[in-house]
Amino acid sequence: MKEIKFILNGKEVSVEADPLKRLLDVLREDEKMTGVKEGCGEGECGACAVLKDGVLVNSCMIPLGAAEGSEIVTPEGIRETDKGKCIIDAFGDAGAVQCGFCTPGMMMATEALLTINNKPNESEIREALSGNLCRCTGYDLIVKGVQIASERGKDLW
Amino acid sequence: MVDSYRPKDLKDALSIRAEYNPQPLAGGTDLMVRYQSWSGTLPLFTKSVMFVGHLKEMKYIKKEAKDKTVTLVIGGTATLTDVANNPDTPEVLKKAVLSIAAPALRNNATLTGNICNASPAGDSICALYALDAVIVIEKNGGSREVPIMEFITGPGRTVLGSDELVTAIKIPLKASSVNDFTKVGTRRANALSKLSFTGVADYKNGRIDSIALTFGAVGPTVVRSVELEKKLIGLSGSELKARIPKVIDDYSTVIVPIDDQRSTAVYRKKVALNLLEKYLKELSSHE
Ligand SMILES: Cc1cc2nc3c(=O)[nH]c(=O)nc-3n(C[C@H](O)[C@H](O)[C@H](O)COP(=O)(O)OP(=O)(O)OC[C@H]3O[C@@H](n4cnc5c(N)ncnc54)[C@H](O)[C@@H]3O)c2cc1C
Ligand code: FES
Ligand code: FES
Repeated sequence: MKEIKFILNGKEVSVEADPLKRLLDVLREDEKMTGVKEGCGEGECGACAVLKDGVLVNSCMIPLGAAEGSEIVTPEGIRETDKGKCIIDAFGDAGAVQCGFCTPGMMMATEALLTINNKPNESEIREALSGNLCRCTGYDLIVKGVQIASERGKDLW
Repeated sequence: MVDSYRPKDLKDALSIRAEYNPQPLAGGTDLMVRYQSWSGTLPLFTKSVMFVGHLKEMKYIKKEAKDKTVTLVIGGTATLTDVANNPDTPEVLKKAVLSIAAPALRNNATLTGNICNASPAGDSICALYALDAVIVIEKNGGSREVPIMEFITGPGRTVLGSDELVTAIKIPLKASSVNDFTKVGTRRANALSKLSFTGVADYKNGRIDSIALTFGAVGPTVVRSVELEKKLIGLSGSELKARIPKVIDDYSTVIVPIDDQRSTAVYRKKVALNLLEKYLKELSSHE
């Protein structure tokens, strides 16, 4: 066990845990950030996606010790922001949410994409979401959601 | 439960590596899957672990000029995204790296990790064999440079000592006018290669001046035959065109794949030779 500090959604937190504990488990169990989901646990589905120092990563692949001192942003960290609200509304209007399990990860991937490219074309959107699996929607509605977010949010990103 | 170390810099990392021989963990995208346990429980590492992904001294990509050669030096903790985004990254390496998984994984996974994992299906490895990459290895009080073809000795096996770390990858930047990297997988994202092919070549005064042809996932390590390549040096485009059937025959003796869960030997060999033929046709029409 070790005391490990990192920045979570803008606030410094300190966790007493084994440094090999998955960041995913630290976020869900120690920090109660249950917007971060576990799908596959092996890097394939993107349900556990968070931002680490500004870039999209899968938290199931990252041991806590590798995240020491990093800035981590979870879906809870963008939910209440203007950008987060824009994405949520756009997904809602597009019908991009069915069971909703993939949605937090899809939102994080969308935020990461729009941050580096605020006018993505369809193939750029599909590439950016290529690490996120959805069992329900068939993806087209999610792509539509990202398109709506990018149009409405052109002054946000 | 195993110990873990978080060195403060490279020097510290080399000392820890020498003293306790922990397993380096960079992006963790191979290791966290290999030692994965039940949801919510610790991964089952079998020996101590040293985090290296945060070591800033190795997070760089730069060009070095010496005499007449320019070398791209990729630091030991540069991620696959860093490599893909660098304007000096050779086209085949860029393509190979972008064929790996998806953005979130590439943001975290390192090029060094892909090499050290030494999978026969490691996509960057196929390109790096063709580019004559050299692996820079350091330990406390010493360093050495090993060509990638000698660095990897078998599936999952390398010449890396238990007190050593890979600190950089060097790629000589050579003229290359006809380039191809093709990966065959079950789908675009997140699929390991059934097989992969890299071809790089250049003409000088109408004759082939340099050529490298490599095949991934068709043997225990990436396949490259420098001997067969030598036979192509000096040919003109039309001479190459006439020789293609013979070249395919030659390569059919060095490509001896196996069956596994991703594909069959017959399919792999057929497709590998088709990709080779397509590339050679393209090359022969350039000169
Ligand atoms: C969903 C998914 C899809 C994938 N798809 C592909 C794919 O399409 N193609 C492909 O080639 N790979 C793929 N991979 C495998 C993996 O992502 C890559 O091999 C990646 O580049 C490994 O880098 P890493 O930094 O995460 O390595 P880690 O897991 O941290 O380490 C891998 C190995 O390298 C060693 N190592 C790391 N750094 C050093 C160092 N500095 N010195 C010495 N040894 C070191 C480690 O000890 C370990 O043996 C995939 C993995 C997942 C989970
Ligand atoms: S749970 Fe992390 S990628 Fe699926
Ligand atoms: S909405 Fe159900 S998994 Fe995507």
